Amino acid sequence: MINRLPGYIFIYFILVFLQVLVFNNIQFSGYVNPYVYILFIFMLPFETPGYLLLLLAFILGLTIDIFSNTPGMHSFATVFMAFIRPSLLRAIAPRDDYQPGTLPTIHDYGAGWYFKYSVVLILVHHTVLFFIEVYDFSYFFSTIWRILASSVFTLIFVFIAQLFVFRKEKRR
Amino acid sequence: MRNFFRFIIKHHFFFLFLLLEIVSFALIINYNSYQRASWISSSNKLSGSIYNSYSNVTQYLMLQKINEELAKENSYLRSQLPTSFKDSKDYFSLVYDSLNKRQYTYRNAKVINNSTNKHFNYITLNKGYLNGIRKEMGVISAKGVVGIVKDVSDHYTSVISILNTRLHISAKLKESGFFGSLNWDGKDYRYAWLNEIPIHAPVDVGNLVVTSGYSSIFPEGVLIGTVEEVDKDKGESFFRIKVKLSVDFKDLSYVEVISNNMKEEQSKLENNND
Repeated sequence: MINRLPGYIFIYFILVFLQVLVFNNIQFSGYVNPYVYILFIFMLPFETPGYLLLLLAFILGLTIDIFSNTPGMHSFATVFMAFIRPSLLRAIAPRDDYQPGTLPTIHDYGAGWYFKYSVVLILVHHTVLFFIEVYDFSYFFSTIWRILASSVFTLIFVFIAQLFVFRKEKRR
Repeated sequence: MRNFFRFIIKHHFFFLFLLLEIVSFALIINYNSYQRASWISSSNKLSGSIYNSYSNVTQYLMLQKINEELAKENSYLRSQLPTSFKDSKDYFSLVYDSLNKRQYTYRNAKVINNSTNKHFNYITLNKGYLNGIRKEMGVISAKGVVGIVKDVSDHYTSVISILNTRLHISAKLKESGFFGSLNWDGKDYRYAWLNEIPIHAPVDVGNLVVTSGYSSIFPEGVLIGTVEEVDKDKGESFFRIKVKLSVDFKDLSYVEVISNNMKEEQSKLENNND
């Protein structure tokens, strides 16, 4: 576990910089705003303790908040998503459960499983985030539309990134 | 307590989640102006409606207290009004002039209590002993005689009004100079009766009735009223003259108190006669 730490720190910074420097500047038609940094939470090992998961999510969200000048919003959404993760993992566990030493990746559990896993988390995160950002239910449908559009882009990126990460892991 | 900690530790995941979300939410509210504004306004809406219905209930229960407070405040404000202050000092001081001795001095005072409907009516003035008012001084208004000082306290004066059946004032007919005693019969506040005018005196309706100046209380010639009706009972040697009082006692606000500076001298001399 400890030998994975540098890798996670590296991924952490890469994702934060990607998010802050690249994806925060992508705004297709004012709706689409992918948030890819949550990939970090996706990638944490199965046996990550709950408190660590939440704290990491909080720190990650706060980092993004600091850069995008929206204190609390990303940390709120990310902590919420991290809170969902253990239950979700239990709900979509494969028949023979998660094997020790494996990671929640396409490589270990397949694209179908990973799709379910990431779509739910992305939707949860984006829904919370966008509604907090709008802070009003009167723009409900336009907010829903933004959530869906952004989720699609985030999902695409998450899958692409999976290929990179997975290769990197493989190489190691 | 131990169970409590055990509970917290058992559910540390959930509690940590709650804690972090609360912290995040606090950050959102504190550092994002839009969320903050709408949070405050929505919470104001909620708390406002709760407080509103709460106060609707408590207000009713508090009515008595509120009334008391209002009454207190009323009295406080009333005591701040200029009318509730009194002049601590009179406007003048006596200056004795050896060449031209002044016999009468006048002090103005305000009527603060008055009645006309009783058998023995009294008037209260807002000045008293400290303003130089003493017992048995005469009280007049701009229109005529009002009464005689009965009692004096430091700041107030009680006056026997003419409308008091116990008061007899020495009066005379201005034209003929016949004098008699004037008093009230306790009925109509506009009329008094002048007695002891001998039947040989010339009396006409409309004659002026003034003070005689014999009593050392009033100066001579202060108007009391006008003759309204002249009666003569059979076998009597005196008229009963109905006098319309010149002072309207229902409309009395400022009066003057007359002090006779030589009254003591006069009464001392008169007492020697007995």
